[in-house]
Amino acid sequence: MSRRHTAASQGLAVCEVCGLLASLEQHEHCPRCQAPLHLRKPDSLARTWALMLAAYVLYLPANLLPIMETRSPFGTQHDTIMSGVVVLWDTGSWELALVVFCASIVLPMLKLFSLTYLLLSVHRGSHRNTRQRARLYRLLELIGRWSMLDVYVVTLLVALVQVQSLAIISPGPGVVAFGAVVVLSMLATMAFDPRLIWDRAVPQTVPPDTSAASAEEHRHA
Amino acid sequence: MPAAPLTACHECDLLLQPVVLTLPRSRAHCPRCGARLYSFHRDRLEKILALTLAALVLLLTANLYPIVGLNIQGNYTETTVIGAVHHLWQDGREALGGLVLLTTVLMPAIELGAVLWLVLPLWLGRRSPAFAPVFRAFRLAHPWAMVEVFILGVLVSLVKLAHLADVLPGPAIWCFGGLMLLLAALAGLLDGHTLWQAWDEAHPDDEAKPA
Repeated sequence: MSRRHTAASQGLAVCEVCGLLASLEQHEHCPRCQAPLHLRKPDSLARTWALMLAAYVLYLPANLLPIMETRSPFGTQHDTIMSGVVVLWDTGSWELALVVFCASIVLPMLKLFSLTYLLLSVHRGSHRNTRQRARLYRLLELIGRWSMLDVYVVTLLVALVQVQSLAIISPGPGVVAFGAVVVLSMLATMAFDPRLIWDRAVPQTVPPDTSAASAEEHRHA
Repeated sequence: MPAAPLTACHECDLLLQPVVLTLPRSRAHCPRCGARLYSFHRDRLEKILALTLAALVLLLTANLYPIVGLNIQGNYTETTVIGAVHHLWQDGREALGGLVLLTTVLMPAIELGAVLWLVLPLWLGRRSPAFAPVFRAFRLAHPWAMVEVFILGVLVSLVKLAHLADVLPGPAIWCFGGLMLLLAALAGLLDGHTLWQAWDEAHPDDEAKPA
């Protein structure tokens, strides 16, 4: 058997649950674990686009609206993600400020841009940088969760700072949007099928009509 | 038919002849895209069981004890994870509270419970009932258990509060820290390939169906 053959080109599908290789002609469901078999994640591109665009839309309120409101005798202070980083920097902990800046501002943006790049490169049928793109996708899966950092910080501050005479912290609307961005971008990453990167890169090994990916293209054309 | 059935890379769909791994802690990667395929560890099921049981104990204690205590001019407050979620709920942020509860308590609990359910019978050479649905629950829960991110969140909160008041780290911090390490070790040992291989080998003539 040649090294260049994909399972799809042989009419074989990998079970998403248990990883068994099964013939699509003989089975609709995995013979070992009964999960439905697909060549590729169903509607992968459409789902990824939808979830990712929703994350882009919510990215604005997540960064512009206050994530935290501090009420004290001296007045009410509204903190956004960015002002939280600035406060952390000013109070002498520039290392943690950098960590929060990366997790809350750089990572979500980088993640959405990278996913957009992956989607566009699949649509263009790009042949280049396949291995790098596969690696980028694995990186996205790994780092997405770290953006939850600010959600946890707000949660703990809200629970702890509840002294009537001094300061009361309550969550702002921004943190809800921010949590939604993290969840949506994680779901978008999960919906993307990394095999699509390779399907287009080596088209000669995948007959166009057996690939779920090519069906996807007509829908978006 | 070759000795071992063919497999395909789950990330690039390349058809592969599986290599039999014999070296401890060795790992097979896809030659085309570099994805991790499966790994080999000695006494893997025992190790998984030990780590899972320890992690379950830590998860329980991490949620019983306060994470942080705060002393602001004589006013002492402390909070557990559940307490913090309760506060969010009272502030009308139910979705946010739900997200925190899900990612720090429920998903790790589901993940660990599922692993115990799957691995304990396998270790005894049997197949647990409802193997496939429970395995699916484990796979679903795994990316949403964010204990390590939570630990970092606790550290950032401590620093933010340190200039306001006296901050007292609670026992739950150490439990969450330990839980983080155990979950990382578990993630290195566990892969679907191993569990299903053990399932294949466990009483193959048994009539028990996974679904």
